[in-house]
Amino acid sequence: MQYLHLIMTLAWRNLWRNHRRTIIMIAAISVGAWAMIFMTSLMRGMVNEMIRDGIRALPGHVQVHHPAYRDDPSVSNLVSMTSTEIDALLSGAGIDRFTARVRVPAIVSSERESRGVTLIGADPAQEVSVSAVGTKIVAGRNLEGPADGGIVIGRELAEKLETEVGKRIVLMSQDPENEVADRGYRVVGLFEATLPTQEEAFVFAGRKTVQDMLQIDDRVSEVAIAGDNYRAVDGLLAAVRDLMNDEDEVLPWTELDAYLGAMLGVMDGFVLVWVIVIFLALSFGLVNTLVMAVFERVREIGLMLALGMRPSSILGQIVIESVLLLVLGLAIGNALAFASVVPLRGGIDISAVAEGMEMFGAASVLYPEIETGDVILANIVVLTLGILASLSPAWRASRYEPVEAITKV
Amino acid sequence: MTAVRCVDLCKTYRQGDQDIKALDHVDLEIGRGGFVCLSAPSGGGKTTLLNAIGGLDIPDSGEIWIAGQRIDRLSKGDLAALRLREIGFVFQAYNLIPVLTARENVEFVMQVQGVAASERREKSQAMLEEVGLRGLEERRPAEMSGGQQQRVAVARAIVSRPALVLADEPTANLDSKTSDELMELFVELNQHHNTTFIIATHDQRVMAYANRLVKMLDGRIVDDIQQQAA
Repeated sequence: MQYLHLIMTLAWRNLWRNHRRTIIMIAAISVGAWAMIFMTSLMRGMVNEMIRDGIRALPGHVQVHHPAYRDDPSVSNLVSMTSTEIDALLSGAGIDRFTARVRVPAIVSSERESRGVTLIGADPAQEVSVSAVGTKIVAGRNLEGPADGGIVIGRELAEKLETEVGKRIVLMSQDPENEVADRGYRVVGLFEATLPTQEEAFVFAGRKTVQDMLQIDDRVSEVAIAGDNYRAVDGLLAAVRDLMNDEDEVLPWTELDAYLGAMLGVMDGFVLVWVIVIFLALSFGLVNTLVMAVFERVREIGLMLALGMRPSSILGQIVIESVLLLVLGLAIGNALAFASVVPLRGGIDISAVAEGMEMFGAASVLYPEIETGDVILANIVVLTLGILASLSPAWRASRYEPVEAITKV
Repeated sequence: MTAVRCVDLCKTYRQGDQDIKALDHVDLEIGRGGFVCLSAPSGGGKTTLLNAIGGLDIPDSGEIWIAGQRIDRLSKGDLAALRLREIGFVFQAYNLIPVLTARENVEFVMQVQGVAASERREKSQAMLEEVGLRGLEERRPAEMSGGQQQRVAVARAIVSRPALVLADEPTANLDSKTSDELMELFVELNQHHNTTFIIATHDQRVMAYANRLVKMLDGRIVDDIQQQAA
């Protein structure tokens, strides 16, 4: 303990023998750590937002379908249970955030235009607990229940169809007998979504109304279930698989939307690569600082060895100097990163590049997010690689022959 | 009792194309409590002999015994432990660790030895008083004169009561008054604590304090004189 205290004292005081060099090195580490954490928080914020938006755009965390539904999303491929049975089953198991919906391709026609859309027949009370699409009503009203006879469409679609709230449009799809099933709906509301493509793609009607139109009784196309954390859906997935019939397919969001699932993995990998790249730039300065510090103290190191200090203690002293530099730099860098992110929590407007961002499925407001795991990763990588980088000059210092070191000019 | 015994020591350095015999078949025996001066012109081999006795330099051949233990075959780690336990060093210059205060420099060896903080402080305080540096305990080397720094080095060399003190040109950077004070301190410590002193020097006034004078030339002992100390 006393030995450690001596080594710590020597390391700390030696660090401040050349204030300017030490301050420059600490500043470099601080800026590096800040860049690692701040830039990661921006990227993480963007990707998390994309994933959350993606999940909130209908899928939820887990979905149940007929096994053939994803290839052929028609009324021929419905979930084996009725929506009444599903409601009872999931509610009975304590799962409260789910929606059982009819989801089929359809043609929507106004008196002027026709478009291909996805018709969602939903219970609005259930839908809002899982999905964000169609919930932000900017004109008119939302659906009032499964039996509501109106329809809610996106603002973009309304423009394309040249229609508006109060006007009638016609939805056309197929029934299980492959006969045309159509119905007129009055537009009761317009919704706004994060991405304009969602406003064009989806139209929402009451589940019961759509079931009647398609003549599928109380059956649905999919069940979407939301959990608490999109990163940990294994428990929810297993619970739903236990509840549903074996002939139905139960999948997590990472498989339902492979692009989003891959984004999560890519982002985790990106963080590590980013941290290592910045560290590599830092390591040259760090090693140079330590080499200079050792070079300037050859005689002292020789003296300490001559007086009986073990070579391992000399090595320890140089490594501790490196650790002190790194810890100080990281502490300041972490504080700077948090101080930079806090004022930006309300979001950064990047609407100037919104079109490009939309191609990636990202919104035009960026919300930086500092994740504890990213901060820990950055600090551990810098500390570990920093110690490894300092081993070379430390090893050289510990290998000096005392008699040669003392007489070094 | 023998403190130091060197048997047929040889050490050759290569300098350019030339081989320089720094130690040429040196035999030397010094009893416990001896106060010996090694005298030689520059390059005569006195520092090499001192470093070999202190385990800082390994001879090409021959034997070195310290307090009955042969040391020329010890590992680096064992030599470091021996130096820590048995030998005090006073070098010509660059004697102190600049980032430590006078007290901390004196405590350095004890701290490496693992002596408790309270005991260290008590001993270092007493030792600094003994070498006349009371009141300068918290000064760093850069804030002290050359003579004061050398006294701190002496205090560090003897504070843990080593059996042997090796001093290489300890007065080289000191004025005559400070040199005399330092040598009187060495004599006092030698007489009171029976510490063996081996001092490498070419200063005649330093040699006058020794009761034995070993003269070297070209790596060989050419004269070994018992004398009455001043």
